[in-house]
Amino acid sequence: MTDSTKTETPSVAAGGAQKAHTGLTTRKDNWWLEPALVACGFTLFIVYATFRVFENGHYEIGSYLSPFYSPKFAFDWWKFSPAILILWIPAGFRATCYYYRKAYYRAYFWDPPGCSIGHMGGHNYTGETKFPFVFQNAHRYFFYLASIVLIFLWYDVYLAFFQPTGFVVSGINLFMLLNVILLSGYSGGCHACRHLVGGRLDCFSKCESTKQQFKLWHLVTKLNEHHMLWAWLSLFSVGLTDLLIRSYEMGYVPEMRFF
Amino acid sequence: MREALLKVFRGEKDSGEYVTYKVPIEEGMVVLDAIHYIQANFSPELAVRWNCKAAKCGSCSAEVNGRPSLMCKSRMDKFADGEEITVQPIKSFPHVKDLVSDVSWNYRANEKIPAFTPAADADWTFYQEDIDRVQEFRKCIECFLCQDVCHVIRDHDRKDFLGPRFMVRSAGLEMHPLDTVDRTRFLKEEGGIGLCNITKCCTEVCPESIHITDNAIIPLKERVVDEFYDPIAKFFKTVFGGKKK
Amino acid sequence: MADYEIHEHDVLVIGAGGAGLRAAIEASSMGVSVGLVCKSLLGKAHTVMAEGGVAAALANVDPKDGWETHFQDTMKGGKMLNNWRMAQLHAQEAPERVKELERWGAVFDRTKNGKILQRAFGGHTYKRLCHVGDRTGLEMIRTLQDRGVHQGIKVYMECCVSRLLKDGDKIAGAFGYYREDGRFVLFKAKAIVLATGGVGKSFTVTSNSWEYTGDGHALAYDAGADLIDMEFVQFHPTGMVWPPGVRGILVTEGVRGEGGILRNKDGERFMYKYLPESTKNDFAATDEEAKTWVDAALEGKQTEARRPPELSTRDNVARAIYQEVKAGRGSEHGGVYLDISYQDPERVKKKLPSMYHQFKDLADVDITAGPMEVGPTMHYIMGGVRVDAETAATRVPGLFAAGECSGGMHGANRLGGNSLSDLIVFGKRAGAGAADYAKKLTATPTVSDESVKAALDEMEAPFSRPNGVNPYDIAKALNQIMSTHVGIYREEKELEAGIAKLEDLKAQVKEVGIKGTKAYNPGWHLCRDLKNMIISSEAIARSALSRKESRGAHSRLDYEDIDEENWGHVNSSISKDGDRMKLEHTPKPEMPDDLKNLFKKKEPVNA
Ligand SMILES: Cc1cc2nc3c(=O)[nH]c(=O)nc-3n(C[C@H](O)[C@H](O)[C@H](O)COP(=O)(O)OP(=O)(O)OC[C@H]3O[C@@H](n4cnc5c(N)ncnc54)[C@H](O)[C@@H]3O)c2cc1C
Ligand code: SF4
Ligand code: SF4
Ligand code: FES
Ligand code: FES
Repeated sequence: MTDSTKTETPSVAAGGAQKAHTGLTTRKDNWWLEPALVACGFTLFIVYATFRVFENGHYEIGSYLSPFYSPKFAFDWWKFSPAILILWIPAGFRATCYYYRKAYYRAYFWDPPGCSIGHMGGHNYTGETKFPFVFQNAHRYFFYLASIVLIFLWYDVYLAFFQPTGFVVSGINLFMLLNVILLSGYSGGCHACRHLVGGRLDCFSKCESTKQQFKLWHLVTKLNEHHMLWAWLSLFSVGLTDLLIRSYEMGYVPEMRFF
Repeated sequence: MREALLKVFRGEKDSGEYVTYKVPIEEGMVVLDAIHYIQANFSPELAVRWNCKAAKCGSCSAEVNGRPSLMCKSRMDKFADGEEITVQPIKSFPHVKDLVSDVSWNYRANEKIPAFTPAADADWTFYQEDIDRVQEFRKCIECFLCQDVCHVIRDHDRKDFLGPRFMVRSAGLEMHPLDTVDRTRFLKEEGGIGLCNITKCCTEVCPESIHITDNAIIPLKERVVDEFYDPIAKFFKTVFGGKKK
Repeated sequence: MADYEIHEHDVLVIGAGGAGLRAAIEASSMGVSVGLVCKSLLGKAHTVMAEGGVAAALANVDPKDGWETHFQDTMKGGKMLNNWRMAQLHAQEAPERVKELERWGAVFDRTKNGKILQRAFGGHTYKRLCHVGDRTGLEMIRTLQDRGVHQGIKVYMECCVSRLLKDGDKIAGAFGYYREDGRFVLFKAKAIVLATGGVGKSFTVTSNSWEYTGDGHALAYDAGADLIDMEFVQFHPTGMVWPPGVRGILVTEGVRGEGGILRNKDGERFMYKYLPESTKNDFAATDEEAKTWVDAALEGKQTEARRPPELSTRDNVARAIYQEVKAGRGSEHGGVYLDISYQDPERVKKKLPSMYHQFKDLADVDITAGPMEVGPTMHYIMGGVRVDAETAATRVPGLFAAGECSGGMHGANRLGGNSLSDLIVFGKRAGAGAADYAKKLTATPTVSDESVKAALDEMEAPFSRPNGVNPYDIAKALNQIMSTHVGIYREEKELEAGIAKLEDLKAQVKEVGIKGTKAYNPGWHLCRDLKNMIISSEAIARSALSRKESRGAHSRLDYEDIDEENWGHVNSSISKDGDRMKLEHTPKPEMPDDLKNLFKKKEPVNA
């Protein structure tokens, strides 16, 4: 046994005894790193995407169409960027996505900034019960709309491979393909989707139809387990696909055609 | 012999001081062992809850270096040599003494949840795939670490929110293949499910690795959406008749 | 006199484990007012730690099973010393009690055709243990807890009963304190059910928690009830042995039930050697046969192959491990190896998740990749308060007992899984017995001021000795005594020396003192618990000394064999005689012929 029982008794604060919990946190790890990185990542993407929407150009060349501008609506009466007509769908989809909600509530609203970190966010917390956040409940509608947009994106990929001149494989259309795969993985693992395909059932084994739903639910669940990963990868891939097409259109990079 | 420095909160009703103790380290030792060493050798009156010492009962919840954890599962060898280890009581509930807090609110919250209610003529045949979800929720050992870390309770003191533990329990009842009660209104109105902003701290601390947010709260939120926020589905349900409940 | 709170109930249940909860539910459903007291928070009782399963002859997996076989297994496991009527009721009613749990919301693992899945366990002829992975106790206590909560039972958490109070010879109430702030409390009750669990904290290496200080045993003893079979202390063969902090923590028998193999350091599968002649034919003779059985079990198929030798009863396996280690064939840290890593890792993780995590987190061992080190650990006490099989009534009017603190059901050795079923079968019976008694009672018994004052003074006393003996030192000394002198193997000289030391300790306990206030003061609580620990320890030691044979969990080096003639028909019985502990040998109840006949047939018979 050690000779000294107490090695140090911290001086008791002048005004009386201490409280069990003071200050922000006694965590010693770099808890602020994750929200900081997330905030940087999102901000970067938002700035780039906003710039691209209002740039209103360099989004199409040959059979390649940027995902920011697809499906392309070109109407005479619409004088602004066609991206505005479409981009609210994926934007709304991601803004109401359960993963993104977590990430930006933490990174932007500090509600909470990290776990067991003292209160830093605003007051009168109402969670998702009041305006505006009560609209997060509309996520499934965005899921429906985003699924339609996704079909168009697959069609764009088809067009990018089967060009009027024949079958083409290039760095650009391969990247477009990767992008839609990642986007599909992201949408397919959506919580609303998981609920709709089977999660809403209480019993899977009742009859044939629910057994099929169980299989689907199981598949979606597998994707859902890594929803965060899909969210980030597809966010980057959308941005990069657009950047790639823009750069090609502006002549900064080659098409990298294999055959 | 290697020694560890434990800085333990000592006091009653949130007022006290941190006292630092030197405890010899044995191989494989956990923080709870160190606390027991202090009890047996320096301070028999040190208050701490524990039972199983094997992460099965959920009694020994505390905050170790600021992280809500089970003391019987916190290995001493994950701390650096000579590092001072801070041990605090859990924060979200009224402090009693030393490492013990008054968690009785949780038991009252639990009573509000509508009980399991099977149909009188239920056929008790059901299959493993029907209950895999429910069994995950029933792993809960009621350590209340998720309740402690949840910012809705911890920072905003919103006791009109049942907290993640009871979302998990509700999910276990809602998804039970033979239960007949619909708890969506309860969850929205009394359970305060909308107050959860799915920021997942509960999932991060759960010693049973229950995917509290992904598998319990979000699916429940979706069920609440079905009932209250999805006019189109509601319309079809009324016109064509929905599933039983 | 200091202040105390007063509560009144028709039935007071002390203990909120499986037995206590089931009793409270039953009593309350009969319309009497019920109070439920527990030392820990609700839901933290030992029952929560039970892993392997609850035994009930549902015959979902092995259609040949039935209550008769379960009854015979239980009696054979208990070396025929069991109270036959309890064993019979237990075997007959367990299936209904388990199904009732399911109807209350418990979610057991399923068979392929949608019924409750059952696994093999030591001493059970057929696959009989209903389970939920390896957290069956959790499922059970949560189900009962939630059921109880919605029935309006009043629960007093973190409240410890220190004395039972009587009016004449009848139970009249109980006195205790709240752990939180040390405030005293008096319960007035017509009937009391004891369901306080076991005594493990008197041993150094044990799977039991701080709660197991033999409170129910001692409270009943002090109130005039008798304790039977106290010499039968079960050492579970597989506790963790390394690292030191977790020594004694249980490794569920489920590991062996799922096919776990025991080997010594030379790689020898030693259990073949230790099978008693009488049961040798029930077990596989070769590795191939054992493997066939395991493969069939994993696939849910029937087979002619016999069970692996690891599934012998706990007393045998514990002794075998002890002897292997003693002979120098033990593992690095003084245990043997238990190996399940030859099976598919995913399956192991699914069927034994908490074992997987327990070893991974606490011992840095991946059980899907290598063997675990295990050794015997004090686990359970078969002995306890003598009760009537039908009503669980003790000989003190108004006092009932169920669960681990009651005696008779398990005889000389308990089979795994028979405790959880015991809790629900006799918990229900005790609740009904107590409610019935309370309803029939014409005059409400009264509690005298003197008896309350005596109880209160006893609790205050340690504070008058701030520089008294440290209660933790006494507890440590007691652990030493029990582990050295009253362990797995016993001997007259050792036991006598142990009893002498216990007498010394009794004197020292009067000198324990404590500093600080009454608010959540574990040292103060221990001062009172020590008294109970010593009473139950002395009862164990004295009963062990008196039984001059080896039977079940009681192994004497000086009397190595079972002695049916002299010892097969008596139970040792401990009771209080003034200041002394009285030991008698009372005749064991004789089984009726129809049950006796079951044992004459070669093959187990079933309805
Ligand atoms: C690790 C482990 C694994 C096990 N696995 C299995 C298994 O797989 N199958 C099986 O059948 N059995 C198993 N057992 C045995 C079984 O779990 C116990 O025997 C059983 O749970 C005891 O239940 P009980 O209701 O009698 O007491 P407990 O569940 O221990 O409850 C005792 C209650 O009494 C209260 N109490 C005690 N003293 C007082 C007092 N003075 N005042 C007020 N309250 C008091 C306690 O607070 C507690 O609530 C296992 C045991 C352990 C330790
Ligand atoms: S996810 Fe919801 S319940 Fe869980 S900690 Fe965050 S706010 Fe609380
Ligand atoms: S859900 Fe997890 S963290 Fe919450 S009480 Fe249960 S076990 Fe603890
Ligand atoms: S939850 Fe992320 S897309 Fe729906
Ligand atoms: S003591 Fe049981 S969980 Fe830590």
